[in-house]
Amino acid sequence: MAATHLADRRRNRRLAADAGLLTVAAAFVLPLAWVVLSALDPHADLRVKPPDGVTLENFDAILTSDITFTPLLNSLILCGGATLLTVVCAALAAYPLSRFGSRLNRPFLLSILFATSLPITAIMVPVYALFVQVDLIDTLQGTILFFAASQLPFAIWLMKNFMDGVPKELEEAAWTDGAGSLQSLTRIVLPLMGPGVAVVTVFSFVMMWGNFFVPFMLLLTPDQMPASVSINEFFGNRGMVAYGQLAAFSIVYSTPVILLYVLIARRLGGGFALGGAVKG
Amino acid sequence: MNRRSLVRALPVTPALVLLLLFLAGPIAYCAYIAFTDLQLTGQAESSFVGFENFRTAFQDEQFLNAVWLTLVFTVVSSLIGQNTLGLALAALMQRASKPVRTLTGGIVITAWVLPEVVAGFLLYAFFRKEGTLNALLDLLHLPSQNWLFTLPILAVSFANVWRGTAFSMLVYTAALGEIPKEITEAAEVDGAGGWRRMWHITLPMIRRSIGTNLMLNTLQTLSVFGLIWVMTRGGPGDKSQTLPLFMYEQAFQNSMIGYGTAVALLLLLVGSVFSVVYMRLLRTEV
Repeated sequence: MAATHLADRRRNRRLAADAGLLTVAAAFVLPLAWVVLSALDPHADLRVKPPDGVTLENFDAILTSDITFTPLLNSLILCGGATLLTVVCAALAAYPLSRFGSRLNRPFLLSILFATSLPITAIMVPVYALFVQVDLIDTLQGTILFFAASQLPFAIWLMKNFMDGVPKELEEAAWTDGAGSLQSLTRIVLPLMGPGVAVVTVFSFVMMWGNFFVPFMLLLTPDQMPASVSINEFFGNRGMVAYGQLAAFSIVYSTPVILLYVLIARRLGGGFALGGAVKG
Repeated sequence: MNRRSLVRALPVTPALVLLLLFLAGPIAYCAYIAFTDLQLTGQAESSFVGFENFRTAFQDEQFLNAVWLTLVFTVVSSLIGQNTLGLALAALMQRASKPVRTLTGGIVITAWVLPEVVAGFLLYAFFRKEGTLNALLDLLHLPSQNWLFTLPILAVSFANVWRGTAFSMLVYTAALGEIPKEITEAAEVDGAGGWRRMWHITLPMIRRSIGTNLMLNTLQTLSVFGLIWVMTRGGPGDKSQTLPLFMYEQAFQNSMIGYGTAVALLLLLVGSVFSVVYMRLLRTEV
């Protein structure tokens, strides 16, 4: 009797929880529904509404080198370059931190942790002033270097945590055979922490792909702009806003990061490694 | 230091150079130009002005307005919104059926993964006068209004909740998952209701996660720029101008780099204080 009562209560609770979640989901989905429906709608405006007939005109209109391909290519060069630099530097830096005890490790890691939580937005004005003086303003390489530096603290922190998970014994054999640090890092440690490296890579890339303020400040020439900044053009210079095209562009621009997120989420068995990593 | 340690520390060099040149350098430079009257145009030399910029700031109504708005934005969107909604979602997910859980999680996470500017546009469309929110209110025969004009700071706060809740949800899902089932089941059999279990058992057990999550949310929210920029440009007037937007306006629209940097330095200091507290929370980990 008590058991069925408890089961009843559980089922009711499940229904209540489902209802609660669905309410939140409905509220959250509205802006997303707008972007999908408007992209297919020949007469899109600002409201969520069923499209007046489905069309791919909006995609057709934006898939030009001017509007879409050049900014996406710029994003790719910028974020790809910076991600590569971040991951290589982070892997190299994490290795001695994880493998060799030194009294400098602790202060270094504490500084890294401190830098991880600094509001990067705040230093963009001095970075701009500095970049003007050293002639790095409006250059892709300058922006790549700054992007990498801003992402490095968290990348090193994550990378070290993943590296700590690879047992040291596996390398010791290689060391006795005369392998150097660099060899044991590239041949033994990194392959064993493949998922960890993937997480750091994807996470860095996604963060930079979506970042607006850094390229907005450091790049000036329109044909160097990544998609995160060029999307602004839909409002500024093109006169009347074509909402359908704006929606279509938003979808094209967002798809890569959503796919990458799905990729790492799968790889980690649906778990959330970053949450775990920042929790310590 | 002996030669062996030097060789071992060698791989840290590239990262260290990047961090010193592009992160520590600008921060030090920031600390310097905040005390000068550096301007963007028409001035060959800048001179040292001491605390003048900070004195100006604390007498500047627009600055105090920005501080107040930053506070409202952070408390409403981060402390209350993201944190509470994230916890509620995580708690509901523990009881909900799998398809609903997957669906809701997927939607909330998609909002989080979207690039900042895209999120800004979607919420701009949602809150605009001709937008979805007013269309819904019309359907329910409730009065509509121009949200981005009348309540811009609340509109951008809600936007930040929409965009940022997933992080709290994931952190709390992980934290709740670590609570042993026996404990909650024992309390349930003893007849403790949902709220009492939440208050007396769950919350004390996940308090470390709550601390870390609040800290990270706050730091994140403190530096939001793109979302607000896209939705309101800080306007109308300066009704949604938080500190990052104020800093940008002073430095670039008004060409007062020194003054803008002084504001940036204050922002960095607030961030540093939070950062130190966060490190204390994690103190046992390093």
